[in-house]
Amino acid sequence: MRHTPLLLTVFLAAVPLSAHAQGILDPQGPVAAGERQILFNSLGIMLAIVIPTIVAILAVGFWYRASNSRARYLPDFNHSDRLEVLVWSIPLMTVLLVGGVAWLGAHELDPRKALPSSVKPVTVQVVSLDWKWLFIYPEEGIASVNHLTIPVGRPVSFELTSAGVMNSFFVPQLGGQIYTMSGMLTRLQLQADHAGIYRGMSAQFSGDGFADMHFDVDAVEAGNFAQWVETARSKGSSLDASTYAHLTKRSAGIAPVTYRAVTPGLFDGILAAEIQHEDICTRTSMRAER
Amino acid sequence: MTITVAHDGHVQDHTAATATGVSPVSKRIVVTYGFWIFLLSDIVMFSALFAAYATLSRATAGGPSGAQLFDQVGVAIETACLLASSFTCGLMSLAIDSRRFGATYLYALLTFALGGAFLALELREFAHMIAIGAAPQRSAFLSAFFALVGCHGLHVAVGLIWLLVMMVQVKIRRFSAAVERRLLCFALFWHALDIVWVWLFTVVYLIGANQ
Amino acid sequence: MSLLGKLSWDAIPLDQPIVMGVSSVMVLVIAFILGWITLKGHWPYLWREWLTSVDHKRIGVMYVILALIMLLRGFADALMMRAQQAVAAGDAQGYLPPEHFDQVFSAHGTIMIFFVAMPFVIGLMNFVVPLQLGIRDMAFPTLNSIGLGLTASGILLTNISLVVGEFAKTGWVAYPPLSELQFSPGVGVDYYLWALQISGVGTLMTGVNFVTTILKTRAHGMSYMRMPVFCWTALASNLLIVAAFPVLTATFGMLLLDRYLDFHFFTIDGQGNAMMYVNLFWVWGHPEVYILILPAFGVFSEVVSTFSGKALFGYRSMVAATLAICVLSFIVWLHHFFTMGASANVNGFFGVMTMIIAVPTGVKVFNWLFTMYGGRIRFSEPILWSLGFMVTFVIGGMTGVLMAVPPADFQLHNSLFLVAHFHNVIIGGVLFGMMAGYKYWFPKAFGFKLDERWGVASFWCWLIGFYLAFMPLYALGLMGMTRRMQHYDVVSWQPWLVAAAAGAVVILAGIVCQIIQLVVSIRGRETLRVTADPWNGRTLEWATASPPPAWNFATLPVVTDIDAFWQQKKGAHIEHAQTAQSSGYEPIEMPKNSAIGLVIAFFAVVVGFAMIWHIWWMAALGALGIFLATLAFAFREKEEIEVSVEAIARFEEMQHAGVAA
Repeated sequence: MRHTPLLLTVFLAAVPLSAHAQGILDPQGPVAAGERQILFNSLGIMLAIVIPTIVAILAVGFWYRASNSRARYLPDFNHSDRLEVLVWSIPLMTVLLVGGVAWLGAHELDPRKALPSSVKPVTVQVVSLDWKWLFIYPEEGIASVNHLTIPVGRPVSFELTSAGVMNSFFVPQLGGQIYTMSGMLTRLQLQADHAGIYRGMSAQFSGDGFADMHFDVDAVEAGNFAQWVETARSKGSSLDASTYAHLTKRSAGIAPVTYRAVTPGLFDGILAAEIQHEDICTRTSMRAER
Repeated sequence: MTITVAHDGHVQDHTAATATGVSPVSKRIVVTYGFWIFLLSDIVMFSALFAAYATLSRATAGGPSGAQLFDQVGVAIETACLLASSFTCGLMSLAIDSRRFGATYLYALLTFALGGAFLALELREFAHMIAIGAAPQRSAFLSAFFALVGCHGLHVAVGLIWLLVMMVQVKIRRFSAAVERRLLCFALFWHALDIVWVWLFTVVYLIGANQ
Repeated sequence: MSLLGKLSWDAIPLDQPIVMGVSSVMVLVIAFILGWITLKGHWPYLWREWLTSVDHKRIGVMYVILALIMLLRGFADALMMRAQQAVAAGDAQGYLPPEHFDQVFSAHGTIMIFFVAMPFVIGLMNFVVPLQLGIRDMAFPTLNSIGLGLTASGILLTNISLVVGEFAKTGWVAYPPLSELQFSPGVGVDYYLWALQISGVGTLMTGVNFVTTILKTRAHGMSYMRMPVFCWTALASNLLIVAAFPVLTATFGMLLLDRYLDFHFFTIDGQGNAMMYVNLFWVWGHPEVYILILPAFGVFSEVVSTFSGKALFGYRSMVAATLAICVLSFIVWLHHFFTMGASANVNGFFGVMTMIIAVPTGVKVFNWLFTMYGGRIRFSEPILWSLGFMVTFVIGGMTGVLMAVPPADFQLHNSLFLVAHFHNVIIGGVLFGMMAGYKYWFPKAFGFKLDERWGVASFWCWLIGFYLAFMPLYALGLMGMTRRMQHYDVVSWQPWLVAAAAGAVVILAGIVCQIIQLVVSIRGRETLRVTADPWNGRTLEWATASPPPAWNFATLPVVTDIDAFWQQKKGAHIEHAQTAQSSGYEPIEMPKNSAIGLVIAFFAVVVGFAMIWHIWWMAALGALGIFLATLAFAFREKEEIEVSVEAIARFEEMQHAGVAA
């Protein structure tokens, strides 16, 4: 056991060193930064009690070993009202503190809550498919698969659902994850503060192709974003009933593509999940015709 | 229902057990206590099915709803049968306490007949619903309905078989301590099914009819 | 529809060398053991003394044996996973294709929770609780044997899936819609569901049995506040079983209806609601965590107190804390899916509730600390596991509270941080607790101690191996690596995973040490022989012989205080029920052996296997078999045998002679 604190220190020290490895310890937006702060605050509060406890356990265990003749044997010391109060109040106070952090944090960083910003958010509709990600930009009228491009400094408002099994949309450096579930809509607000490429993935196991279900988030300056939208509009095919039907076929690790146009109402059709894929396509194309 | 028969690891004569046997408490108390605990766990299971039903009660997927399907009169007759069978079951317990064979058999028969009638009516309701296309495969609501009501029906069916076995045991073993304990457990079981049905009737049929 | 349903020769994975190799070895080992038993003519003994025994001590030992065997199986899965992830970086795919890797981690989780932790905990409780309560057996001894049989059935079905067909590829939680027929058309999920349904019924029987035993059949004078703490934790654990397992049964029942009869509870079509499964699963799942950990807490309380040579500090606090955990564990389930998108109020509430449950847990740690304070601690093997636990569990508890903070959980959920956390509490808590209990009560069960040196070696391997295997996973979680990845594109994760694999190898060394310990101890048992009370114990199990006779106590003890045996040794006034003279024994009625547990278990396997492969006629036959066996049992003539006064006197005399010699 004497190795334990040593090992711990080594690991705790080593983690920040590898922070460049794209995790929460290297946040690139206000949400992830807020989450890291809460993580550190809670950890700090708890370490203040956990470290002394571990030291006390080892010290008491060592000192009161049977072979230590200097240790006093108190066979009848098995009750003390004062200590009982202490024993209940120490964890209680710790939990009060951390509980406060949790309650406030849950509201402060509610994934649905709009981020404070002077700029209008970009809306991205996210659909998890077996085993790839579809991103629809309803206002821009374009879509992409397995590649998410967002502007720096502008909030992104995600609406998410799944075309089949459950997944979890997760870009650690921008903020926490949220489930994508068939027939249900979840919301998530994220923002990138710096340009860069961040790793995004599914965090909920979803079948054989799960390990390849990751994508790059390309955070670019506002001008570059507009330019990217223009380029996307000018090339590739259009995402309609038949291309979507093709997408729903199982495949993993497919190369990113963009679509120059999206049939309106496609996302809502996918969301109304009780209808099978083909039905969705017929219904949305009918709607489009109208 | 293995639980019910497995109870009696022990003596016929429970006074002997009090003195030297496994436990210092009488066998009768231990067995009924254990059976109560089992019934509680059974009620927890029903709670899960109730929760599922409550969650899915509006998920009709374009299919028929409870208001369109439920036949209040039929269900009222079912309820009357089950409540009456609980009453006759109570009379049976009294007959056992006073060691009257004839009365025991008579009330057991009545209980069986009323329980059987309940089950027949329920099956008829199911058959009718399936015939008009309201099968459990139609929607989540109907799945939850059939599972909840069907699970109760399954319990009633098990109870009927149990009652039958007990009557044979009364014939062979008379009112031995073990037989008496088992009959006591049966009575508890039967009344518990009644309580579940009262909830079920309220939640599914009364509230459902107005949705 | 063919006579054998979906079953055909294709079900045997002849094309997969790893699976076939493992299965053939397994089959050979089983054949060897069965052949050896037959050759040596041990069957009558096994049948009489073990397979049909309804003695709680024998049943307890059999549970623990099952758990230890399945620990090997579950650990083999763990090694495979660690090896796969240590190599499958960048473009490498490792040696396990996804469809195999997915089965490995699903089986690992299922086996470790249901078929290692559960039987280990239930086995220890079975052996210890009636002895500590000062009684002769459980309230329902035969029911106990059926519970064991059904647990074994579930285990057998899970192992059959290795050879015939496949196991679930959904993770051990089997969330729909992934586990629905549409996405998992194979028999894997069916193996999972039937194995767990069958063993779940067994667990429920055990729960009912223990609650009744503890509440109704304690020794004379043992009021609630004189009950040993282990019995309190066993009571709490079994109350949780009774209240939580039926929910699991109902939930799996619904999924089975979805898969077999096209119902729409959790499907995508028909307006099913998959999140309802997730909710119901964790309504069972969180109490399950405490079903496992509470008895472990009980073991630590006994061990720390005994080896410190002191009564447990703050007994009342310990009882209150146990019951508080028992109740609170039902209102925290949502913390398993904060990322579902519930409102901030809901997430905040469940986050705070989760933390509140840490308060009684913290109280326990401090009470153990104060129990050691002023003690005379003898560093035998059980106390080493206890100290290792206390340090490790405090860390695991801390990371748990960390994940109870919703915004932190948004980042850590489903990551390897989570994996590290629950292994931290399950290995560092439950498994260390069971190991401490196994070493502590082994001399009571068999009459000789386990070899100390190999035991200490195994402890250090486990402890160091654990830290080496799981601290890197904490780090990887913070770097954004999720769980259940068959391969990964981020090459910088690899060194951490190699370290974790090395840790798994160190744990393997620990397991090997334990096997050696067992072999060495059995061979040297004559030198390791102990008397009734090898550890200077405090509770009633140490008052009777090691191993205890079938009837546990020749005369039932009367209890006048907590730590009954300790008081007795201190010379405090204690009387025995009836006459205290050694000649004044009375004959004892003991429950008769019964094959019913074995028979029902056999038919349960038949039903489960038939349902998995859609062989309807066979399922019907199996069900009929269970019904008829039960019926026959209900009509059996004699239910008890009498142990004569002479037999009791003879045993007692031999004990005294043994002590004198």
